[in-house]
Amino acid sequence: MAEIQIKNVEKWFGSYQALKSIDLTISDQEFMVLLGASGCGKTTLLRIIAGLETASQGEVWINDRRIDHLAPKDRGIAMVFQNYAVFPHLTVFENIGFGLRMQRRPNHEVKARVERNAELMHIEQLLGRYSGELSGGQRQRVAVARALAMEPDVILMDEPLSNLDALLRLEMRAELKGVLAESKTTAIYVTHDQVEAMSLADRISVMHQGRIIQAADPLSVYRNPAERFVGSFIGNPPMNFLPATAEGAGKWRVAGQSYAGPKTEHTALDFAIRPEDLHPSATGLTAGVKVVEPLGAHVLVTCAIDGQMFRAVLDSDTEVTPGETITLQPNADRIRWFDPQSQVLVR
Amino acid sequence: MNARYLPYVLITPVALFLCVFFLYPFFLVARQAFGDGGSGFSLDNFRDIFGYWKFNTTLTNTLLLAAAVVPVQLAMALLMATMVSRMGKGRDLVLYIWTIPLGISDLAAGIIWLAIFEQSGFLNSMMVGIGALDRPANLLTYQNAGLVFLAIALAEIWRATAIMLVILVAGIGLIPKEYYEAADVFGASKWKQFWRITLPLLRPSLQTALILRVIMAFEVFAVVAALGGTLFPVLMGETYAYQFDLLNSGAAAAMALVILGISIAATLIILHALRVPKGATI
Amino acid sequence: MSQVDQVSPNARKAGRYLYIATVVFLCAWVLVPLYFLFVNALSSAEAVNSFPKSALPEFDLGSLSFFAKFYGILDALKNSLIVATMTMVMSIAIGAPAGYALSRFEFRGKATFRLLILMTRAFPLPLLALPLAIMFIRTGLDDTALGLAFVHTTLAIPFAVLITFSLFSGIPLELEEAAWTLGCTRLTAFTKVVLPLILPGITASAIFAFVISWNEVFAAAVLTIENRTLTAFLLQNLDTAAIHLKFAGGFILVLPALIFIFAVRKYLFAMWGIANR
Repeated sequence: MAEIQIKNVEKWFGSYQALKSIDLTISDQEFMVLLGASGCGKTTLLRIIAGLETASQGEVWINDRRIDHLAPKDRGIAMVFQNYAVFPHLTVFENIGFGLRMQRRPNHEVKARVERNAELMHIEQLLGRYSGELSGGQRQRVAVARALAMEPDVILMDEPLSNLDALLRLEMRAELKGVLAESKTTAIYVTHDQVEAMSLADRISVMHQGRIIQAADPLSVYRNPAERFVGSFIGNPPMNFLPATAEGAGKWRVAGQSYAGPKTEHTALDFAIRPEDLHPSATGLTAGVKVVEPLGAHVLVTCAIDGQMFRAVLDSDTEVTPGETITLQPNADRIRWFDPQSQVLVR
Repeated sequence: MNARYLPYVLITPVALFLCVFFLYPFFLVARQAFGDGGSGFSLDNFRDIFGYWKFNTTLTNTLLLAAAVVPVQLAMALLMATMVSRMGKGRDLVLYIWTIPLGISDLAAGIIWLAIFEQSGFLNSMMVGIGALDRPANLLTYQNAGLVFLAIALAEIWRATAIMLVILVAGIGLIPKEYYEAADVFGASKWKQFWRITLPLLRPSLQTALILRVIMAFEVFAVVAALGGTLFPVLMGETYAYQFDLLNSGAAAAMALVILGISIAATLIILHALRVPKGATI
Repeated sequence: MSQVDQVSPNARKAGRYLYIATVVFLCAWVLVPLYFLFVNALSSAEAVNSFPKSALPEFDLGSLSFFAKFYGILDALKNSLIVATMTMVMSIAIGAPAGYALSRFEFRGKATFRLLILMTRAFPLPLLALPLAIMFIRTGLDDTALGLAFVHTTLAIPFAVLITFSLFSGIPLELEEAAWTLGCTRLTAFTKVVLPLILPGITASAIFAFVISWNEVFAAAVLTIENRTLTAFLLQNLDTAAIHLKFAGGFILVLPALIFIFAVRKYLFAMWGIANR
C-alpha cells in the first residue's frame, strides 16, 4: 500500500516562488502524471517527493509516515532520471543491482531480481555491457530496470522519454505502461508532452506557474478543463476561444450567433470549443478559410472567425479551399465557457 | 549531514590553510617592510633599497627581461596553439613534446642552457666546429653583457612558453567549430579568421596566460642565478641576497612588496587592456 | 567553392612544407637542449669538462656515479622525495573537498573564496618563505620536510582546487542523486560513484602537485639548511660545484618531470579549459 499525501507544500528559490500551496493525494497503485510546460514546477515537486529538494514549507506523507525530512534512501522510493544516470563505471548487471547491493541483500537474491527485471525490460542480453556501449533507448531501459528492481513503494519518473526519438518514444510509452501496471507500484511521472500524459495516466495533474490547476482522469481533463489554461494546453490542436456577450438569461452572443450557455451574473464570458467538435453546416459561425492542411486521417483547417484565429479538424473527405468562406457549427454538448477574469470554467 | 553547512565544512580546510600559510605571512611581510624593527611605522626599509646603487639596474633588468621575453613567448605560444589546433595525426606527440618544459624546474632549465653557453659548452663546440671561432670564447662574462641577457632570455623563452601554450590550447578548444565554419561560408581567409574569431574569443585565456607569465617573469630567480650569477641582478635574486647574505630581513621584505606591487600593477593593466565586454563570451 | 579564396596548388604545397618545417623546428627547439643535458649527464667527468663537446653521449656513468657519491646529495634527493610526497598528499586532501564544494554548491562567500584561490595563483608565493622562515623557527618547523611541504602545498593548492573543480564538474549531479535514491548516503555515493570516475584525474592532480614541489627552488633554498632538498642543494652549490655534478643533478631533476608530464598531459588542458570560463 503506498498512498502519497502532499499537504500545503511551497517552495521558494530565493525570491522566486516555484511551488504555491500544493495539495495532492495520490492513491495506492495510481499512475499520476504531473503535466505542464517548462518552469511550471512539476520537476521541483517530484524532487521534493524524492528528497532531492526540501520544501520551504508543507508536509509529504507516504502511507502513515511523514517523509519530508528523510533522506532519499529512507523514503521507499526509486527514481528514473531524465538523462538516465546510468553509472558509467559499472556493468548493466551491476547498475540494476546497485540498490540491492546497498541493502546488503544476498547474492542469489540480487542475481534473481536483476535478471527478472532485465527480462522485463528486454535487456537480459546486455547484462555484461557498460553504459558507453549502449544506445540511449537501452540506457533508459537499464534506468527503469534499476528502479523496478528496488521494488519500491513509489516509483518516480522525470521525463524519462523526452531524450528518445519519436518512434522509440512511442514504443517505450507502451512498454512502460504495461510494465508499471504489472508491477503494481504507485507511480508519479513528470512530462511536458500531453500525449504521453493522456496515454499513460490514471490521473493527470496539470500544473502552471507553481500551481496544480486540475487533477483528474485524462478524459475529464480533456472534456472539462477546470481553467482556460488547461483547455489551451491539452489537445493538439488546442481549444478555440471566442469572446461572448450576454444576450439574456442563459443566452450568449458569439460572433453573431446565439448559443445556450450558463445562467450567471457575468456580462461576458469566453466561449470555447475543441477543433474536432466543429462540423460544416448550413448555419453556424462564419469562418474565412486561411490554411488547409490535409493530414491524411483528417483535414486541419485554419480560419478566421470574427478576426480571431480558429482551427477546425474536419473529416478527411471535406472539400475546402483557402479563401473560401464556410460555416462551422459546434457540437452543443461540447461547448465550454470560461470566466474572462479568473479563467475558471463556468457551468 | 545538513546540506546547508556541508559546503562550508568542505572549504574550511583550504580556507584555514591559506589563512595560516598565505594571508598571515603576507601580513607579516607587509608589517616587516613598513616597520622599523620594533613596533613603529617607517619607510626606512624602502629608502634603503631604493637608495642602494644596484636597485635601478635590478629593477630595469627585471622589467627589461619581462618586456623582451613575454611578447616573444606570447607570439610563439599563439603560433604553436593555432598549429596544434589544426593537427591531425601526431597531435598528441607534438603536444607532449611542446609541454615538456612545464615539468622542468627553472633551476634545471638554467643548468641546461648553461651546458650550451658555458666556456666548454655546446655553442662554443659548434662554432669552433664550423670554423666561426678559433678557440672557445668565454661567453658568459662581464664583457658580454648582451650575450648574458640573450642566454637568460633564451632559457626563459625555452622554459616558460609551455605554460602559455597550455592555457591557449585549452582556450582555443573552447571555441566552437561552428564559428569557423560560418566564417568559411562567408569567405573569410584563415588569417582573417585568426584575427577576427580566434583572438577575440581567446581574450579570457590571453588574460590568464599573460597575467600568470608576467608575474612569473617578475619572480625570475634560478635561471638567472645559473646563467648570470651576479652579472645580471634581478629583483628576486636581490631579495634572496638581502635575506641571506646581508641578513637584512627588513630590506628583503621591502623588496618582496616591490615585486608584489609591480605584479599587481601589471595584473590590473592586463585585466583592463584585455577586458571582455559583458555578454561577449562564448 | 567561392571565388574569394582560391589558393594555387603550389602555394598551398609551399604553405604545407612551411607548416611542417616549423613544427619540426619547434620540436627540436624543445628537445635539443634536453639532449645536451642528457649527453652531459651520461658522460664521464672528463668528457664533461673537455672541449670541444662531442654530440654523442659516451654512455659513461661516471658523472652520475660521482653525483651519487657526492656528500649529501643522496640525502637531498631523499628530502626532495619526502617533501614532494607530503605536498602531494596534503594538497589533494585539502584541495579536493574544496573543489567538490565549488562544483556542487552555491553558497554565500563562494565568490570571495574563488577570489582567494585566484589571489594565491597571482601572488609571488616563494616570497612568503621569508616570513614563514621566522614563523617556523618559532614553532620548530624550520629546516623540516613538513615545514617546506606546507609552503609547497600553498603553491599547489590553487591547482589542486582548480583541477578537482573541473573534474567534479564533469560528473553530472544526476549520478550522485541516483545513488542517493538507491540507498547511498552522501559519503557512500561519493566513494562508490564519483571517486571511481575521477580517480585518473585526481591522480594527475596529485602528480602535478608532486612536480611543483619537486621543482621548487626559492622556498626550498630559504627554508632548508641541514635537510636540503635537491633543488636547494644544487642552487647553493652552483658556484662551487664541479660542472659535471650540476649536469647530473639537472638530469635527475628533469627525468621524473618528463615521465610525470606525460602521465598528466590530458588533465593540463582540462584544468585550464574550465578555469578560463
